[in-house]
Amino acid sequence: MAHVLTRSLDRSATVFLIVVAAAGVLIPLSNLLLPIGSLFQVPTYLVSLFGKYVCYAILALAIDLIWGYCGILSLGHGAFFAVGGYAMGMYLMRQIGSRGVYGNPILPDFMVFLNYPKLPWYWHGFDMFWFAAVMVILAPGLLAFCFGWLAFRSRVTGVYLSIITQAMTYALMLAFFRNDFGFGGNNGLTDFKDILGFNVQAEGTRAALFALSCLGLIIGFLICRAVVTSKLGKVLIAVRDAESRTRFLGYRVESYKLFVFTLSACMAGVAGALYVPQVGIINPGEFAPGNSIEAVIWVAVGGRGTLIGAALGAVVVNYAKTVFTSGPLAPYWLFMLGALFILVTLLLPRGIIGTCNARSEPHEAQRLTANTLCVAREDGISEPNMAD
Amino acid sequence: MDSMVTSALLYLDGVHVSFDGFHAINNLSLTLAPGEMRAIIGPNGAGKTTMMDIITGKTKPDQGEVLFDGVTDLTRLDETRIAELGIGRKFQKPTVFESQTIEDNLLLALNVDHRVKGTLFWRETRAESERIDRVLETIRLKDSRNRLARSLSHGQKQWLEIGMLLAQDPKLLLVDEPVAGMTDVETHQTAELLKEINREKTIMVVEHDMSFVRELGVKVTCLHEGSVLAEGTIDQVSSNERVIEVYLGR
Repeated sequence: MAHVLTRSLDRSATVFLIVVAAAGVLIPLSNLLLPIGSLFQVPTYLVSLFGKYVCYAILALAIDLIWGYCGILSLGHGAFFAVGGYAMGMYLMRQIGSRGVYGNPILPDFMVFLNYPKLPWYWHGFDMFWFAAVMVILAPGLLAFCFGWLAFRSRVTGVYLSIITQAMTYALMLAFFRNDFGFGGNNGLTDFKDILGFNVQAEGTRAALFALSCLGLIIGFLICRAVVTSKLGKVLIAVRDAESRTRFLGYRVESYKLFVFTLSACMAGVAGALYVPQVGIINPGEFAPGNSIEAVIWVAVGGRGTLIGAALGAVVVNYAKTVFTSGPLAPYWLFMLGALFILVTLLLPRGIIGTCNARSEPHEAQRLTANTLCVAREDGISEPNMAD
Repeated sequence: MDSMVTSALLYLDGVHVSFDGFHAINNLSLTLAPGEMRAIIGPNGAGKTTMMDIITGKTKPDQGEVLFDGVTDLTRLDETRIAELGIGRKFQKPTVFESQTIEDNLLLALNVDHRVKGTLFWRETRAESERIDRVLETIRLKDSRNRLARSLSHGQKQWLEIGMLLAQDPKLLLVDEPVAGMTDVETHQTAELLKEINREKTIMVVEHDMSFVRELGVKVTCLHEGSVLAEGTIDQVSSNERVIEVYLGR
């Protein structure tokens, strides 16, 4: 265990963890302990907003793990985020109990409204937190495992894989929009009251959720670092840079992809589960293909294949989104996001962190240039079969 | 026939492959005895690389037999499984992991546990680093072990890829154009290296450089339009009328 930690923690990783940990402790403390209105007091609405950013950062880490290190560009990772979020939402719905509008102790309001005779089988168990917590990881993991097993075994790669991940999240969105699917249709799940007996609206709960999100980011980051600094990480980069070469060395590439894709989906699920109690709602809109693409942009902006960049990109882009969508520029946000993506691709192809690394360390620069050069090359051995 | 099937390390019989009606491999039959080194020559489009694709599982033949070690039917296996059996391949275009160090390239090639669990919990062992050191010495890249593979010259990449083959420790090495882009000195060194490797391993080497093939001094097979045109010593093959006509030129 100790050697994994020393291997995973280089200087920038340590700095990142200290910053996240400091935010996770100081922001809740300032919110709860300082008098309201004082200069350093972080208002509760900001705590929740930052909490949302941190959840997005976990999602970005998950995407960077597969895209930056293994070359799998998933344009449907929002689906795993949403599935994790729904699992948490189901727990929160069951906690409402008889306090709902219809006062039914078992059935959530939307089920009473839609004349459900009894609780659907897949809602059983979600009244227990531990069960929901397991499902938060298991449900997206299983979805990713089945999807990945089919896709990777058939050697679907590159843009074809990206397209079917889009199709997956779109199909799930349509399914979740249906009232008879059993997840609240287009209204989704909302009106949450308690989590583990604490009022989700209370300041203390919100501060705790923020701290937990930071903890989730720290754990997620450590897992990613442990993976990418292991020999498995080297195999992933080999797969990214020259997939079929890796096969000829005797690696079962599909198993590696499946492992890292499933791990990444589980992380996205946890991010979604931390997100839902902080925003107070989960609806099928979370499955919208646009969300997944936006998440990929965060990673590109921050710097793919750097992990820290992914987290940073998520926070920076979302902060910009908050600023711009609340002002007179709101209608133009999507244009700005698109322009940002184009500019980053043209001017900062390594993203923010990648460019900083390249400046500070010439050796690192070489490697990162290699990263960006290899982006376009899905398969190192591109000789057609006929060539001799 | 039976004894031949069992004694050859690699046995191809009546292999056909066509791509969209183009017969890339046409009734190709070829055997390689254990411990042999064979040079394959032939004009562009003769099917040399396609033959290697078939042996390594990248391409499935339409018909014909491909046996390894006399018993294993290679046409039923995928690339990973064939690599595990002990067939290593160096590509025409040197294909190394550009964004990783030379040492990591060799580490990835070592024939140790290649399963997900094994690599996730892998820790460097003394035996492994000693093997890597030996390979680095053989391919003369010991001083640049921490350099990124992409910073190597073309010839050095060729050597690194041969080094990866050595780390893989296969029974059969398929070496596609090992001296392309090398200086005369490097070409000579590569010939020496292959002869050295041949003491323990069976090698099939595809090359256009006739002086290199001559230096190897091994049995030569000339392919043309997907089948064997001539086979024998370099002198026999290069004096063959048909070989001169289609490949060497008058």
